[in-house]
Amino acid sequence: MIQRLIPGARVEVSDMTGTGDHFEILVVSKAFEGKPLMEQHKMVFAALEDEMKDRIHAVKLKTKVK
Amino acid sequence: MTSPGIDKIEKEIKSHKVVLFVKGMPEAPQCGFSAATMELFDKMKVPFHSVDILANPDIRLELPEYSKWPTFPQVFINGKLVGGCDIVHELHESGELQKLLK
Repeated sequence: MIQRLIPGARVEVSDMTGTGDHFEILVVSKAFEGKPLMEQHKMVFAALEDEMKDRIHAVKLKTKVK
Repeated sequence: MTSPGIDKIEKEIKSHKVVLFVKGMPEAPQCGFSAATMELFDKMKVPFHSVDILANPDIRLELPEYSKWPTFPQVFINGKLVGGCDIVHELHESGELQKLLK
C-alpha cells in the first residue's frame, strides 16, 4: 500500500501488540528529500487512508530520507 | 465555511500558545500516544492547554479535516499544527521543538 503511493520506498512494519491493529512503521524513501517531517508523515497517512479508518487503531511512524 | 466545531478549534489555538488535542485529561489520558505527548511537555516544563477530544465529539470529527492531519494527538504551537506524538518527539530530540516554543 505504502509502496504504491511512495515508489521505491523501503517499508518496515511491525505489529506491536500482535493484534493486527497497532503498528510500528518505518518508511525510507528518496521521495521525502527536502520535505518537512510533517509532509513526510502525511504522505504515509495518505497511503494508509482506508486502513486507518477502521482496521488500524494506532501507528507509530518514522520516516527517513534515503 | 465555518461550523461550531471549527469555531471551537480556532478559538482554542488562537488563545493558547501550546494546544494539545488529546484523548482524555492530562491526569487520566485515554491513549498511550496522548499520554506520551503530554509527558514530553511536562518533562520540558512547558505549560500547555489540553483539549479532550473524547469530551468534544465535534472537534474530534472536524479537526482532522481542518488540520489535514488524520490522527490524534495533534500539537499546535502559535496556532500552527506541528504534528503528532512521533513528530514532536523527533523535533524534541533534534532541538527544533525548543526553537518553536521560544
